Amino acid sequence: MRPLKTLLLAATAAVGLTAAAPMAHAAGAPAAIEDFDFPFEGPLGTYDRDQLQRGLQVYTEICSACHGLRLVAFRTLADPGGPSYSEDEMRAYAETFEIYDAEIDDWRPATPTDHYPGSLLENAPDLSLMAKARAGFSGPYGTGINQLVQGIGGPEYIASLLIGYVETPECGLDADLDGAYNKYFTAGAIPDSCKDEDGNSLVDGSWIAMGQPLWGDDVFYADETEATIEQQAEDVAAFLMWAAEPKLAARKQAGLTGVGLLALLAVMLYLTNKQLWAPIKHRQRPDDE
Amino acid sequence: MSGIPHDHYEPKTKPEQWLHRRLPVVGLLYDTLMIPTPKNLNWMWIWGIVLVFCLVLQIVTGIILVMHYTPHVDHAFDSVEHIMRNVNAGWAIRYAHQNGASLFFIAVYFHIFRGLFYGSYKAPREITWIIGMLIYLLMMATAFMGYVLPWGQMSFWGATVITGLFGAIPFIGEALQTWLLGGPAVDNATLNRFFSLHYLLPFVIAGLVVVHIWAFHTTGNNNPTGVEVRRGSKEEAEKDTLPFWPYFVIKDLFALAVILAVFWAIVGFMPNYLGHPDNYIEANPLATPAHIVPEWYFLPFYAILRAFDGDVWIVMLSSWLTGGIVDAKFFGVIAMFGAIVVMALAPWLDTSRVRSGRYRPMFRWAFYVLIVDFVVLTWVGALPAEGIYPYIALVGSAYWFAYFLIILPLLGVIEKPLPQPATIEEDFNAAHPEAGETPKKAGASVPSPAE
Repeated sequence: MRPLKTLLLAATAAVGLTAAAPMAHAAGAPAAIEDFDFPFEGPLGTYDRDQLQRGLQVYTEICSACHGLRLVAFRTLADPGGPSYSEDEMRAYAETFEIYDAEIDDWRPATPTDHYPGSLLENAPDLSLMAKARAGFSGPYGTGINQLVQGIGGPEYIASLLIGYVETPECGLDADLDGAYNKYFTAGAIPDSCKDEDGNSLVDGSWIAMGQPLWGDDVFYADETEATIEQQAEDVAAFLMWAAEPKLAARKQAGLTGVGLLALLAVMLYLTNKQLWAPIKHRQRPDDE
Repeated sequence: MSGIPHDHYEPKTKPEQWLHRRLPVVGLLYDTLMIPTPKNLNWMWIWGIVLVFCLVLQIVTGIILVMHYTPHVDHAFDSVEHIMRNVNAGWAIRYAHQNGASLFFIAVYFHIFRGLFYGSYKAPREITWIIGMLIYLLMMATAFMGYVLPWGQMSFWGATVITGLFGAIPFIGEALQTWLLGGPAVDNATLNRFFSLHYLLPFVIAGLVVVHIWAFHTTGNNNPTGVEVRRGSKEEAEKDTLPFWPYFVIKDLFALAVILAVFWAIVGFMPNYLGHPDNYIEANPLATPAHIVPEWYFLPFYAILRAFDGDVWIVMLSSWLTGGIVDAKFFGVIAMFGAIVVMALAPWLDTSRVRSGRYRPMFRWAFYVLIVDFVVLTWVGALPAEGIYPYIALVGSAYWFAYFLIILPLLGVIEKPLPQPATIEEDFNAAHPEAGETPKKAGASVPSPAE
């Protein structure tokens, strides 16, 4: 490499390191992900039952038209710590889904032990683990600091994506691209008219195949929460987090208990150790006494 | 077993004598547990117990996971999710196993750098060091194959990239890679053999751990001064040492409890922090992830692998000298494995007669730079190879090799070491003065604070 270019690169990186200035990427850089305050964040946070039920409604009425949730069994909807429906409500809900049964070679209503159907569209990914699979934008230089400090993870990405259908930037108005512009989606295509001469993107995000799914008042919430775009996006993101990590409440509970017990054990061992070593450090042989 | 004189097991009751004449197993356990241990060991000597704990943890959780896991490309990913969702406490066992690998590597890196600073690799402990390096290599192989088993995107593409390294070996590379994979690409045959070896290797590690412990029980522990325990008589040795039980067992268990509290907090509150989110997407041979990143504990060596690209003069030179046989790709592979080989050769590269870095003023700085270098290589290994990062990786890699191949041999000649304490007892007593005595550092006078 030429020395001048090296020097410039070094200078750029130095600026980037100290000021955390965004570096140019060939693909579109995402706009900063919104930091939502989900109730399940932090060491003690758990799912909000009402929010999960609202999110399930959004998933059922909107997302499930294309997407699947093939790893989630209907029976888990009645598990504690999740949407916590009653046994009867869960059964009634499961029956609204048609499942293909290889044994009878026919379709039948789903039972509690069945899983949600998979995706109906080839290019609509299954959402079972999406909230965990999209946690990768977690801070400067992939350090995961945001995830650690602010609890920013996959659900924030999902909610941001759903509210990220903003006006198409001017450079892309005449572009002949499938799908819609989304300022948080980075994996899609960018028209050449939105790139500079080095191929770097001039816009946040890129074009996503999924059309805008939420417009406000897409569902009618039974608890009369106002169904704004943001509210629905947040609710369904919370539901998908539960779908990806149904044992979160049990995990945090075990974490708290375990850390507490280990801390207690550590204190006791510390005192034992101190007492054990005291005569050695003060140079009295135990038999001197 | 130990060369340090101490009391040995004496069977007292009739049944004990009966057993001891036929199989001296109680004596073996007694001597192992009561081994005279230098009494000045500091908190960097706790990692051995942490590592033994990690090995047991990984084997126990692993055996349980195998009861529910299906090693088949069509079922592996779903069977891991089955463990996470349907098996009682399956999420806890799986997260403990997944993060247990990270704890294992954190502990092994502390353990290795402890050895590097205090000269634990020097005579007569070279065999202990070499066995340790073998264990470390096996750990890396085991962890790598374990990461493939959930059959996520990073599992699949990581396996593709790493086995591709073998493909870079001239002449036999391609055939070797096919043989390793069991086919032309990473597929069901690969998954099955990785599963088989992932189950086997931990037991090989366990065997080597026994040899590792046997070796240093024969030579005795090193200690922060690097000064040997006096072995003239039992009385003399007792002034420098304490029996492992209870003094060091309790101390180590206390440290283990603190470390496990942190470990369990990670398992409970942020179990996916050290993993890659792409591994929650099922393996897809048709979709390559944007950045293929190995697990964090491979990153320093991954950075070294990538550092030597075709623009580096030494790579160009070797390519020209060998008529293109050693190309950039193969050079990177040699560099990566070479980075571990030079570390394994430390006992013969270090020419200084002083063991402990405590009494080596110049060595100390070179060592601290090595620590920083290791952290920087870890960081840069996770970043895409673009912009300034390849240069940082190159400088970091160069220092890694320079430390072992130039600095260690040279310092033994040019460095003037500080005076060492005559005995371990002297060092210990200096650190723990009796009431009324002024605290002072052994071998060097330190001004006492004004009263």
